[in-house]
Amino acid sequence: MHEALSRPWPWYIAGPLIGCFPALLLLLGNKAFGVSSNLRHACAAVFPRGLAHFRYDWRREGAWNLAFALGICLGGAIAGVWFRNPAPVAIAARTQADLAALGIRDFSGLVPGDLFRWGSLLSLRGWAVLGGGGFLVGFGTAYAGGCTSGHGLSGVADLQGPSVLALLGFFAGGVTGTFFLLPFVLGL
Amino acid sequence: MGTADRTLGSPRAGSPSSAPRPLGLWVYTLAGILFGIVLTKAEVISWFRIQEMFRFQGFHMFGIFATALPMGILTVQAIKRWGVRTVREEAIVLQPKQWGRGIRYIVGGTIFGLGWALTGACPGPRFALLGGGVGVMIVAIGSALVGTWTYGWLRPRLPH
Repeated sequence: MHEALSRPWPWYIAGPLIGCFPALLLLLGNKAFGVSSNLRHACAAVFPRGLAHFRYDWRREGAWNLAFALGICLGGAIAGVWFRNPAPVAIAARTQADLAALGIRDFSGLVPGDLFRWGSLLSLRGWAVLGGGGFLVGFGTAYAGGCTSGHGLSGVADLQGPSVLALLGFFAGGVTGTFFLLPFVLGL
Repeated sequence: MGTADRTLGSPRAGSPSSAPRPLGLWVYTLAGILFGIVLTKAEVISWFRIQEMFRFQGFHMFGIFATALPMGILTVQAIKRWGVRTVREEAIVLQPKQWGRGIRYIVGGTIFGLGWALTGACPGPRFALLGGGVGVMIVAIGSALVGTWTYGWLRPRLPH
């Protein structure tokens, strides 16, 4: 039983389930599903009197979303610790070869252990990946007004043109980052 | 939504036509738990899967998008078309995104994508990984906060 629940799910099970979340949150409370709004809510909570962009009632607007984000953490613990998949992620052999050529050695978990450990904060490479990548995502999602969930899922589900454009931007940036930025960063 | 859900939303006897009480926050935490489980089990929180996607070397992530997006469109359009209401009988209203000059979506989206390629995780998956034992993800989340704050600071000077 535990072994069966520890297996990853194929795309044709997981994809449709992920697609249900915008509708689910609309049905629960007319909420616009999007995780990165929480970054704005957190800024509003920490710097309440500063910039105009963060001057609003974050409790009223965002309490449900912060509760949702807490849930994601708990869900990640249930599926990633309790029912952890012991096998490495079954990525394509070509991807593994390309990443090995860039210096990735640890393919055992969901993320490469060489990069995503506390010790990597002692290196420029680790800071570029975690701090630099983190910053770009936070700045980009605020500028674009949404992330993969807010634009990619909710916006596209509502057939919003701006969200389709944002999703194309996510991909253009992702491919550019993969082929130009990442090789440079991993060489630091 | 069946009649069982309707009765949940009906005002109690003695308080006619009062505004419906919103759902408790725990309901959203529960929804978040489900989302965190699905994200983890789908492996979309995996740095390796994101790399495989951006290198166009595997079908998994594209299969996820190719099924999640139509499912999202189908369910949300059904809600709009039939005027479905929330479990508390409130009207469902979707806010359209403002086009502006469209610059924010292209430039902001591309900047987001660059960061997505480096950390291999967008905001939702970062929370799932944090809970899943990758504690150092808190640095990526903290840096994202700084990024969002920086946008708030530069916002009056940026083209939208």
